[in-house]
Amino acid sequence: MAVLLIAEHNNKELRPFTLNAATAASQIDSDLHAVIIGQNSADAAKQLSELPVVKKVLSVEGAHYENFTAENFAPVIVKLAENYSHIVCSANTFGKNLMPRIAAHLDTSQVSDIIKVISPDTFLRPIYAGNAFATIKSNDAKKCVTIRPTSFDPCESTGGSAPIEKVDPSEEFSNTKFIKREEIKSDRPELGTARIVVSGGRGMQSGDNFKLITEIADKLGAAIGASRAAVDAGYISNDHQVGQTGKVVVPDLYIAIGISGAIQHLAGMKESKVIVAINKDGEAPIFSVADYGLEADLFEAIPQFMDELNKLNTIQK
Amino acid sequence: MKILVAVKRVIDYNVQIRVKEDGTGVVTDNVKMSTNPPDDNAIEEAVKIKEAGKATEVVAVTVGEEKAQETVRKALAVGADRGIHVKVDGILEPLAVSKILQKIVDKEKPDLVFMGKQAIDDDCNQTGQMLSALLNWPQATFASKIDVKDNKLEVTREIDEGLETIEINVPAIVTCDLRLNEPRYASLPNIMKAKKKPIEEIAATDLGVDVSPRLEQIKVEEPPKRKAGIKVANVAELVQKLKNEAKVI
Repeated sequence: MAVLLIAEHNNKELRPFTLNAATAASQIDSDLHAVIIGQNSADAAKQLSELPVVKKVLSVEGAHYENFTAENFAPVIVKLAENYSHIVCSANTFGKNLMPRIAAHLDTSQVSDIIKVISPDTFLRPIYAGNAFATIKSNDAKKCVTIRPTSFDPCESTGGSAPIEKVDPSEEFSNTKFIKREEIKSDRPELGTARIVVSGGRGMQSGDNFKLITEIADKLGAAIGASRAAVDAGYISNDHQVGQTGKVVVPDLYIAIGISGAIQHLAGMKESKVIVAINKDGEAPIFSVADYGLEADLFEAIPQFMDELNKLNTIQK
Repeated sequence: MKILVAVKRVIDYNVQIRVKEDGTGVVTDNVKMSTNPPDDNAIEEAVKIKEAGKATEVVAVTVGEEKAQETVRKALAVGADRGIHVKVDGILEPLAVSKILQKIVDKEKPDLVFMGKQAIDDDCNQTGQMLSALLNWPQATFASKIDVKDNKLEVTREIDEGLETIEINVPAIVTCDLRLNEPRYASLPNIMKAKKKPIEEIAATDLGVDVSPRLEQIKVEEPPKRKAGIKVANVAELVQKLKNEAKVI
């Protein structure tokens, strides 16, 4: 039986991580179908049909799908699941919210947040915020799997021409009503998907001093992170928190400034490709995961860092 | 309104996780255990709603081995009225936990069930959603703000793009984000008082739920170690390395 990928989109276009999830799903089985559920989402469905790894697109439209409510999505997918061996979607807030609702209806034990497909029934996934990796084999007849998108490359986005098949909508779930969505409008990238993250810790000493972090982040086109200590001290709001109890980030470059490197912080960033630590305590645990460590007073180092960045002819964004 | 809050006992978030040499799991012997952090937020929110006069009773429930009862006792010390401990040994998958909780919901008939959005041990992020599927109740996951309005809740959810607000009819499930509130500490007198609050013990086997695992944990291993980094002498060297060696800026 084929694999069914649940596409994430905004009714106009696919959300980028759908491409990463498609790569992972196609590694489970090359016979990959994708379902897109939304309202007036034909353009996004067409985009989905152009992914070369997708062999067939199922399109479901209805006014009650406009806001991606899991209670409305789950029944459609549960019905479609009859014809599939695996149901797959990305493990961001969309998939995390939706997939367990499908899995429970199918009486399947979900495998969450996988970082590798070992075989069609065996997967690698981080546990304890990445402090251990577990190899998990699913013995359920139907498997529900969510994918950590940053662990898979996006698939090709053009060249395919899969047929698009209409599927009847399910009934509306009347006990959940969407009110509004406030997207954070920022010139900066999202913390979870940014290529570069600049984070400050308790060493910043005050919320005002976080301006220094902001300047560097602006220069690099980076997202701003923080340690739990900095959040608890009130220097910055907790949506910036990186760590086991905050966000797990995997950027190309992570710059930790004035962060000692508590276990729970390391858990949220140590998979970053390149890690820089700037700290005046040479014994700080953050240096144990840093590719480049600079033992220095951050209040001297940050202005110098800005000066050096300003000297560069070009900066990758 | 009656609120049931599910709490889980996990390795404390400040403990360095060590993987067992035989690859069967992580070391839990002589390791500090605590309530799963967002479950503390769930208890706090339930107690606050009761203090605001909008709930009549807060019941804390845990599912797990003998010592899991500590998490219920802690919930009682910060304001829950009574506790339930469903006793079961061994690894439980979220599907099994949600089936057990469904039985407890059938028995207790709460209007709301709160729990943390995710446990920091298995990081599954499933139980609340699964329970709401089994009950066919609305689900408000990753809640960072809850307004109780008669028989409805207005809940603000943390999503990747920002914030989403939904309105759900009671009965409903809410899974709590760390941003929801600031959990209080238990005072010594309240810890003493909590010792007198009742905890009902139920054997999972009496609930008629099949909790046998569906997943096989083949092995648990250390994540790949990072290769040792270098210390740079100054900022100029750092920027040069980032530009020319790592090629990330």
